[in-house]
Amino acid sequence: MSVAAATPAASAARPVSAGRWMTIAIVVVLCVWVLLPIYLIAVNALSAPAEVTGWPKRFYPSFDFGSIEFFIQFRGVARALMNSVIVAVLTMTLAIGLGAPAGYALARFRFRGKESFRLLVLMTRAFPLPLLALPLAVLFIRTGLDDSRIGLALVHTTLALPFAILITFSLFLSIPYELEEAAFTLGCTRLQAFRKVVLPLALPGIAASGVFAFVTSWNEVFAAAVLTIQNKTLTAFLLQSLDYSPLPLKFAGGAVLVIPALVFLFAVRKYLFSLWGIANR
Amino acid sequence: MESRRLPYLLLLPATLFLVVFFVYPFVQVAFQAFTKGGGFTLDNFHEMVSDWKFTTALRNTLLLAVVIVPLQLALALTMASIVTRLKAGRDVVLYIWTIPLGISDLAAGLVWLAIFERNGFFNSLLANLGLMSEPTIWLGYQNKITLFAVVVMAELWRSTAIVLVVLVAGMGLIPKEYYEAAEVFGAGPWKRFIKVTLPLLKPSIQTALILRTILAFEVFAVVAALAGTNMPILMGEVYEWQFALQDRKVAAAYALVILAISIGFTLFFLFTLRTRDEARA
Amino acid sequence: MAEIDIRNVVKRFGSYTALERVDLDVADREFLVLLGASGCGKTTLLRLIAGLDTPSEGEIKIGGKRVNELPPRARGIAMVFQNYAVFPHLTVFENIAFGLRMKKLPEAEIDEKVKRSASLMHIEQLLSRYSGQLSGGQRQRVAVARALAMEPGVLLMDEPLSNLDALLRLEMRAELKGVLQESRTTTIYVTHDQVEAMSLGDRIAVMHEGRIVQAATPMDVYRDPATNFVGGFIGSPPMNFLPAARHNGGWQVAGVDLAGPASDNAEIQFGIRPEDLMPTESGLSGTVRVVEPLGAHKLVTMTVADTLFRAVLDSDLPVRPGETLTLAPRPERIRWFDPKSGAAIN
Repeated sequence: MSVAAATPAASAARPVSAGRWMTIAIVVVLCVWVLLPIYLIAVNALSAPAEVTGWPKRFYPSFDFGSIEFFIQFRGVARALMNSVIVAVLTMTLAIGLGAPAGYALARFRFRGKESFRLLVLMTRAFPLPLLALPLAVLFIRTGLDDSRIGLALVHTTLALPFAILITFSLFLSIPYELEEAAFTLGCTRLQAFRKVVLPLALPGIAASGVFAFVTSWNEVFAAAVLTIQNKTLTAFLLQSLDYSPLPLKFAGGAVLVIPALVFLFAVRKYLFSLWGIANR
Repeated sequence: MESRRLPYLLLLPATLFLVVFFVYPFVQVAFQAFTKGGGFTLDNFHEMVSDWKFTTALRNTLLLAVVIVPLQLALALTMASIVTRLKAGRDVVLYIWTIPLGISDLAAGLVWLAIFERNGFFNSLLANLGLMSEPTIWLGYQNKITLFAVVVMAELWRSTAIVLVVLVAGMGLIPKEYYEAAEVFGAGPWKRFIKVTLPLLKPSIQTALILRTILAFEVFAVVAALAGTNMPILMGEVYEWQFALQDRKVAAAYALVILAISIGFTLFFLFTLRTRDEARA
Repeated sequence: MAEIDIRNVVKRFGSYTALERVDLDVADREFLVLLGASGCGKTTLLRLIAGLDTPSEGEIKIGGKRVNELPPRARGIAMVFQNYAVFPHLTVFENIAFGLRMKKLPEAEIDEKVKRSASLMHIEQLLSRYSGQLSGGQRQRVAVARALAMEPGVLLMDEPLSNLDALLRLEMRAELKGVLQESRTTTIYVTHDQVEAMSLGDRIAVMHEGRIVQAATPMDVYRDPATNFVGGFIGSPPMNFLPAARHNGGWQVAGVDLAGPASDNAEIQFGIRPEDLMPTESGLSGTVRVVEPLGAHKLVTMTVADTLFRAVLDSDLPVRPGETLTLAPRPERIRWFDPKSGAAIN
């Protein structure tokens, strides 16, 4: 120990091994690989429509909002954006509202049927969920939910619910039951203990799983395309207009799809990573 | 403090939801696929198979999966190894590498479209380097190979993060002592990877492969954005029959084919990558 | 009045019986220690008194009132948990005030009670900190302060010192004793540490495999253990046991004739504490194996009649491993036990 402490300058000057340089190089390359395409579509979004269709392209944006204006003013886009937001918010609410109590029950109680419930939840993740959109299309027609935002939100909740349950499950597991018991001895009913002790501690994680549900809904393409006609979401709109939409529209739309999700995920990245990692075990 | 009924009450909403929106549709899809005009029949499957696009779609989907998934596994293993060993900057790198998780597959397709379309950034780069005077078409009908390559690239970019997250979580669970013991016994880094990391990572690899493969057979919007109708894939056909051709039954037949392949591969991975309980860490 | 009556209490978890027919009376203001090894059921019993679990059979009364159906908040109890259960999202002040706020006391009164509790536990300067900024010992004080602030009829403590390091445990034990003597609340204290039990309790209830084996004052438990289990559990180093065979109208232990109790058995068990042995000319003989000079005394481990035998002897006694040592037990300290049931024979 003393030798190392005595020569800090010497250890700082130690040459970095070749292997380390290669690792750093790989890391940088991969980071660029991830970030560059996002940067490029942002460039397109922030350039005039003529530049977007022109060639060769410049690699930096000209900060001309022409493409974005074109995009927003295109017939049906504003409405589609609104629909995406509404459906995503509905999904988020439903996923948390249904998932958090279920996650709590799984974490706290020992009871029969627990294993089969866990199995059911796991199975739903293994099933190609967009395929559920097909029969639900029929069901929705019969129940009048066809082409409705709440209908699509219900499908998206099916996508997001298993995750919400698993995330809240591991979240509540990490909050020691002893804390609730302490609250019981200090005068709380079950509900009061949950509200005053568990909820404040779980809120960040619950919010994170809510954001995840929001992003899942925002990004979903297949079900949205199959189930909505008048009330199209942004993804459905972009997909169905692929054949005829001009490039500036496509790219501005792509940028709009990407940026909000990135911002949201950045805000909750701490929780999402540890929770997703655990949930995926 | 124990109410026998409380856990069941908490789980009821979520269970009901999953049963209605999962079990029922599943049954419905099977029903739709196997009936026509009120009676059990395989007509829908005949119609599906005799359509000229069926074999192409099946082949393309399988081909994509077979090429992409192994590549992603290797890439994700590398990335996971690197990131778990990073000290400084690990959070930043991890966030960047998991950004694609928040990106819709449609947006991913559009992002790479911006790069590889006729007037896109790739051609612009080549022009700036003086390698090209006229833009080359990479994504056209005539260029099946480059089209395939770009789709593979886009999918790699978009969904490697899914595998990465599962693997990183799994690696976090491997106690350092195993590596230290291996090092004491003279195993170099590569050997440690093969002998310590990979075996202990088997459950995570299994989970990641199952998840990723199922998602691979659902590939849809990326191909739609980049190739339009030039590259039929199974999900695309589901969409076509359901939405454009208004034939729910053939669409359901396609859906069952996707489901069958998914189940097949899931069972395959469950079988080949199972860890005997005693061998588990 | 907060006396506790526990009658015929049984607790089962599925097919496993944690508590088998427990009867216990705790007087008002008494400090009772539940002592036993892990798995003996002491924490289970504490939780039943607290209301965190319900008994499978039997009745629990606090202050003369049956509480089986009452939740913890209606029992007039306060509890200190083994891992402290300090709320991480609240300051120390808010933690201590938590129960008082639930009672909807006026703000001024809450403030006064919190500060009093905090000063009792010497944590006044930590009131605005969060649990993450506190050491283990400080968190433990917060947990105790929080319980004391409730001014409960019954105070329940579940191994509050066992997660502290040895030195801190010693300090806290003395401090706790002082604080709790002052407050004079009926207290039930669970521990596996018999030194803690001896030091703190007015009475000790020794538990083993779901039953209370003996409930008596520390000195009674020490001097007159009800079973050989209690004899071997209390005291460090533990009581020595040797088989005794009937011989010449009395009992022979390791070749020595001793007067003993009347019994129908052909064989009984002889017990003597290591500190109740003196070197002598004739008595229990054995070969010394290990000598540990502990400063205040010498701990000698030897084999007597092929059994491990320990003696606590004067520091200056010259004795070395390999030598033969002969010891005489103090006659009034010998204890006899039935080898089958383990019960003391008088």
